[in-house]
Amino acid sequence: MSLFRVMDIAGSALGAQTIRMNTTASNMANANSASSSIDQTYKARHPVFSQLVADFSVDEDPSVGVKVDGIVESNAPLREEYNPHHPLANEEGYIFMPNVNVIEEMANMISASRSYQTNVEIMEASKQMLQQTLTLGRG
Amino acid sequence: MLGFDKALGVHPTMMALRSRRAGVLAANLANADTPNYKARDLDFSSALGAMNHGISKNVRHVSTTRKGHIGVGSSDALGAELLYRRPIQVSMDQNTVEIDVERAKFMDNSMRFQASLRFLDGKFSALRTAFRGE
Repeated sequence: MSLFRVMDIAGSALGAQTIRMNTTASNMANANSASSSIDQTYKARHPVFSQLVADFSVDEDPSVGVKVDGIVESNAPLREEYNPHHPLANEEGYIFMPNVNVIEEMANMISASRSYQTNVEIMEASKQMLQQTLTLGRG
Repeated sequence: MLGFDKALGVHPTMMALRSRRAGVLAANLANADTPNYKARDLDFSSALGAMNHGISKNVRHVSTTRKGHIGVGSSDALGAELLYRRPIQVSMDQNTVEIDVERAKFMDNSMRFQASLRFLDGKFSALRTAFRGE
């Protein structure tokens, strides 16, 4: 019964979206973590999604879930600020701020939570379909 | 003797098709944010037409002879062909899933699934009445 597969697929999406939410939360939390060198500065992290082909042997049902392939750090330029009184300022008086774009992260967060919601609803719908199938012929 | 398959009509097959389609649509929704993912769907009318003419086994498809080969327009025993959805608007990352469309289709699919269920329920209670013969 492929309705059980719906649960797996939606479940994989829930996991992936949770990871996306986690990276967004970590980006937002570190949006203002200053440091004194480029290497030590926090860089915005984003997950890369890819299709999760469950099992090649089941070729009659090629519907796939989603997985997180990896988390990449953004290579956007860091924000440099001249702030000689900052305790972390380097010899020239500069501090480095993460390249987190807070507005982008907010949009990302909304998108992730909407996708999460959608997949929860899909699970709910398929649960109902299964339950009704189980009570078939009782009436 | 009355054949049960005949008595139940098209509905058992419909339910199998519908539950398969639920899987395909769920996969589309799960991959709504996956770059390069192409939305897929079952070609229902061809599946039903094939079933009605009893040629479900003869649906032509590219044969996959090795593990890892990807079938084109792969079909199963039910004769349902898996095709790619033509999107209204493609997103920048070449993903062709349109969440609203997919959700609408998923809801439509589950309503039709429930309709088939209701019909089957009716058939079963009719059969039960016939068995009792009161």
